[in-house]
Amino acid sequence: MKLVTAIIKPFKLDDVREALSEIGVQGITVTEVKGFGRQKGHTELYRGAEYVVDFLPKVKIDIAISADLLDQVIESISKAANTGKIGDGKIFVTGLEQVIRIRTGESGTEAL
Amino acid sequence: MENNIFQLQYAMDTFYFLVCGALVMWMAAGFSMLEAGMVRSKNTTEILTKNIALFAISCIMYLVCGYSIMYGGDIFLSGIAGGETLVADALAASAENGFEGGSVYSGASDFFFQVVFVATAMSIVSGAVAERMKLWAFLAFAVVMTAVIYPMEGSWTWGGNDVFGLYNLGDLGFSDFAGSGIVHMAGAAAALAAVLVLGARKGKYGKNGEVNAIPGTNMPLVALGTFILWMGWFGFNGGSVLKLGDITNANAVAMVFLNTNAAAAGGVMAALITARLLFGKADLTMACNGALAGLVAITAGPDWPSPMMATIIGVVGGVLVVFSILALDKVKIDDPVGAISVHGVVGIWGLLAVALGPNGTIMGQLAGAATIFVWVFVASLIVWLALKAIMGVRVSEEDEYNGVDLAECGLEAYPEFTSGK
Repeated sequence: MKLVTAIIKPFKLDDVREALSEIGVQGITVTEVKGFGRQKGHTELYRGAEYVVDFLPKVKIDIAISADLLDQVIESISKAANTGKIGDGKIFVTGLEQVIRIRTGESGTEAL
Repeated sequence: MENNIFQLQYAMDTFYFLVCGALVMWMAAGFSMLEAGMVRSKNTTEILTKNIALFAISCIMYLVCGYSIMYGGDIFLSGIAGGETLVADALAASAENGFEGGSVYSGASDFFFQVVFVATAMSIVSGAVAERMKLWAFLAFAVVMTAVIYPMEGSWTWGGNDVFGLYNLGDLGFSDFAGSGIVHMAGAAAALAAVLVLGARKGKYGKNGEVNAIPGTNMPLVALGTFILWMGWFGFNGGSVLKLGDITNANAVAMVFLNTNAAAAGGVMAALITARLLFGKADLTMACNGALAGLVAITAGPDWPSPMMATIIGVVGGVLVVFSILALDKVKIDDPVGAISVHGVVGIWGLLAVALGPNGTIMGQLAGAATIFVWVFVASLIVWLALKAIMGVRVSEEDEYNGVDLAECGLEAYPEFTSGK
């Protein structure tokens, strides 16, 4: 089992959610986050004075999947979240030791 | 029959006065929202507390002695309700003035209309000292300002008295219809004295002269506050005609409404375009300051110009306010809402603009502006320095960092992570 964590641009969330539904992903967890990468922040203007916003708003998606779905998930997210411009985000993949569904007590891939 | 018409005119003029007073009262809401939007969220509860308390203090102190200093009469407003001969007196005054003569109205309505102007002048100070002043030092100043400082200069202008028995501004040809100088510049002069004693917010100015932005927390409130003030201003200027009950005066009222609105519109567009040319972006807070600048500019003389001329007076105010805000930042006078620029710098422009019309002379306007400014500024400076010596005017650095909401009010404007119990 794998845990895929993707950081994407907030306005791409709907596209990513739809793309993931299409390939059969059962559930995702979404968090509003702030951060920066190579893009750094951007400048804004208030009453004539510029100021730097260091941390930009992003959306973080956590998806727990079985290992055989991994390539498809990565492809879907990469495609759906891509704008070609700086700041599109990143995908992190980590191994997932155990998953338990609280209601039924099922565990492992059964619980995904 | 004639007496019935006079009764009706009295009722109408009094009613008009009261409604206009209520509109001006509502400007307190406008100032509150504007200021709440322009400060950081950690200072919101305190600035709202300041706004509602200063309004109440203004009402009480003007009642206690302010009105009597400004216009004569007894302290505590005793006798303002009118005696047993009220009706006969009013009818006699009406007959003497004639149907189209000077206005005769209830004394209580006059107090009500005047008192909301005091509160307006005091509101101007609260924005300029936002985010760093001690609440109770501010309220102590409000007592002196509304009981003495404002009523004194009011007595020399609208009250018609000599300035310390030396000279009379009316005789010099000074004219200020609804208070560009008497209300707005006076408030700004007190605000300037306050800011000089208080200093800038921490982090506003860098070591190498850079001006750092401290963005306001809520732009919708800034826009709402501006619209509320714009609406209240119809009472401010419209009510200052003092009479509605005949064709000439009804027409004058309509022209004042029209010109007031035109100047505000001119101010918005001038400030918006000026800011766009200077910064490359459409700056909402500057546009809102521009609306108020247009309104302040026309306040000294909304009765004489053509609508086109009124728009131009507003446009000049709108351009001035943007440059004034930038210039004050250059000399490190930190005014979070732009009150000194909007009400002070543009207030002076409003006074001078009267000299373009038939009602004032440039010398008279300058004499009036100088008299009001010097008196309010010097008197305020003395009071602020005294308060600084007695109780201190500025919160500690730690309190400023944490926000004056917690330090002064113990309450956040937008509480999060509370237990919910």
